[in-house]
Amino acid sequence: MPFDLAFVWAGLIAFAVLAYVVLDGFDLGVGILFPFFENTRQRDVAMNTVAPVWDGNETWLILGGGGLFAVFPLAYAVVMPALYMPIILMLLGLLFRGVSFEYRWRTTRWQKLWDWSFHGGSLIAALCQGIALGALIQGIDVENRAYAGGWWDWLTPFSMLTGVAVAVGYALLGATWVVLKSTDRVQHVAYRMAWITGPATLVLIGIVSLWTPFLDRVYMERWLAFPAILYAAPVPIFVTVAAASLYFGLKKKRDLQPFLSALALFVLCFIGLGISFYPYIIPPEISIQDAAAPHSSLLFLLVGAAVLLPLILGYTAYAYWVFRGKIREGEGYH
Amino acid sequence: MDASLAIDIARFQFAFTVAFHIIFPAFSIGLASYLAVLEGLWLWTGRQVYLDIFKYWLKIFAIAFAMGVVSGIVMSYQFGTNWSVFSDKTGPILGPLMGYEVLSAFFLEAGFLGIMLFGLDRVGKKLHFAATLMVAFGTFFSAFWILSVNSWMQTPAGYEINEVGQFVPANWFEIVFNPSFPYRLVHMVLAAYLTTALVVGAVGAWHLFRDKANERARIMFSMAMWMAAIVAPIQVVAGDMHGLNTLQHQPAKVAAMEGHYDTVKGAPLIIFGLPNDEEERVDYKVQIPGLGSYILTHDWLGEVKGLKEWPKADRPPAAIVFWSFRIMVGLGLLMVVLGFWSLWKRFKGTLYEPGWLHRAAIAMGPAGFVAVLAGWITTEVGRQPYTVYGLLRTYDSASPIDAPAVATSLAAFVVVYFILFGAGTYYIFQLMSKPPHTSEEGVKEGEPIRTAGTTPIAGVKPDEAAHPRE
Repeated sequence: MPFDLAFVWAGLIAFAVLAYVVLDGFDLGVGILFPFFENTRQRDVAMNTVAPVWDGNETWLILGGGGLFAVFPLAYAVVMPALYMPIILMLLGLLFRGVSFEYRWRTTRWQKLWDWSFHGGSLIAALCQGIALGALIQGIDVENRAYAGGWWDWLTPFSMLTGVAVAVGYALLGATWVVLKSTDRVQHVAYRMAWITGPATLVLIGIVSLWTPFLDRVYMERWLAFPAILYAAPVPIFVTVAAASLYFGLKKKRDLQPFLSALALFVLCFIGLGISFYPYIIPPEISIQDAAAPHSSLLFLLVGAAVLLPLILGYTAYAYWVFRGKIREGEGYH
Repeated sequence: MDASLAIDIARFQFAFTVAFHIIFPAFSIGLASYLAVLEGLWLWTGRQVYLDIFKYWLKIFAIAFAMGVVSGIVMSYQFGTNWSVFSDKTGPILGPLMGYEVLSAFFLEAGFLGIMLFGLDRVGKKLHFAATLMVAFGTFFSAFWILSVNSWMQTPAGYEINEVGQFVPANWFEIVFNPSFPYRLVHMVLAAYLTTALVVGAVGAWHLFRDKANERARIMFSMAMWMAAIVAPIQVVAGDMHGLNTLQHQPAKVAAMEGHYDTVKGAPLIIFGLPNDEEERVDYKVQIPGLGSYILTHDWLGEVKGLKEWPKADRPPAAIVFWSFRIMVGLGLLMVVLGFWSLWKRFKGTLYEPGWLHRAAIAMGPAGFVAVLAGWITTEVGRQPYTVYGLLRTYDSASPIDAPAVATSLAAFVVVYFILFGAGTYYIFQLMSKPPHTSEEGVKEGEPIRTAGTTPIAGVKPDEAAHPRE
């Protein structure tokens, strides 16, 4: 039995998804908050804070989806039909917001239209991602290597709740990102947005966390039974720390601290999900090993990933470094 | 009944989204190489006009590339949403190939495109040229992997089938370089070059009508017509070789392309007709005796297999394949005519005198796109009734999704694609309608360009000494 690459790949895909969530999260968040800025010039600034990086952020989604197809084809084949509507809606939302970056600057007459397409597309994409997450947590019917449920199974009160939670959480990321990248009046508006979305995010995280153990006995044992609770307990503790850090960061009008705190909240929630899911890729039916492609497939792609992923990561980090600093009104991103 | 309806809608949805998607890469593969040639000529000759033309097309490239990427995101999820059984069974083989496509596109996008769009004043000419070459190479590399995937579906090789019915890799070299792949790759890349040349030629011709002294328009038109004159005949030969390869591996597809139902020696070449799958004959046909055998077997009396060799359930629908093939070939021959016509005009020294050649070039502007689509319809419909030829049927590949769900998403895609890509195409036309002028400005800075990717280059200060700011 060769070394099991399935877990290496599970880790890589989890990383790609996390990278996607925190990175595209803040630029989707800026889109969600778009109508709440006070005027067109503030919106210009908000869009310019994400313009140079959002595209790279979104490519992690393709890497996550493409990677799943390549190394966990069974999971891909079960999840996509199960989450058919949210996935399709999310793609349509991403299409609308993606072209808005380009088209909004090519017209004055239709600018309002592309503003709304940017906002609506971002909001729908965020809601759908949250709904998809909720639907995955509540479990998917599988029979004979295929999805066995109906096409509305994803729609439950729980998935609605996770949809709202993710959208609000993204808005918090977006608000704190704009705080970091802007000055004066725009920054003031962004602080105000963070004061609303921050507490809302924490409340929603709380409700989802309390609800999850009651969905499935496995989750209950993971989180509330001894000794598993020893591993799980630090997560809520750190969430409290991150929440306090967010509060003081906003209160003392720090630039970077609120954004980092919001990021920490997302990373912790992601770790919490990992604790709930492991060793399943689609709870409660399909494990990581069940879903994995043969060793040869995993190895073939791993060679390419091992070369290109570090390059991409280094390049991304360099890009964020080059674009550090504030965006002011009337400025592009240089 | 409901299940087969759902599958037919899913097929139509895939055909629609992939047809939209293929238009943009077909253009951007060719355009990336054209840009590399222009920049190379500029560096070599030092003439400003080449830089002007480079910048003119660079703006158009940015939009076309963006639309290609956006429509590509949809494709990478559609395999799972609509074709989940296919994804499960072929994932171990096709997944890694597509993974390489994504990684190389990702790398290209993150790395070099930004330098190409914004970097000329910032990184120096040589490094910029290197970036342009890398973008051209990267678009080719993406095409390499995705055509390998498609070719494997046509001529599967290097695989085994495991206990749960998945195709699993046995030999990666045989998988990647499967029998139809080299032919398809050459045929498609040449098609991309021709498509781009025809667009460039049409734009050049259009602006020659307005001002025949515009040197940039002259150069565009001249370069495009050279491409048509040289590449179109090569494409005819490459297409013929691809066809013979298809005859060897997928004879039923060729029978449908030719409209042959009966297996005969000395088969005719049917030029026109209406294939009738019910009655198994071609109605109202116009044919040249013996020529079909000669083209396919290089022997006037060679035996050519007809569709009746296969049970009805294993045949592709002949009419679509027959007609899309004729549209492709017809347009290809028109491209050859256009190229030779331009050679004659060039010989007479009247290449830049606006006239019927230029009207024809404008009319032929979209011909490459139509030919590419017709060619893809020929090869994909000709693969039916299989997704993996001979091994996995289309009707056994689809997701367990109800017809209303697929129909709803199809309607949404159609509406959204026409709005979004209609707008993008409109912006491209706007750029094309402006005459190329001297000291052409490049991609505007400060206007976020989607395809800038995570490029740091726009953040690097321009070379202040070379370009003092006012």
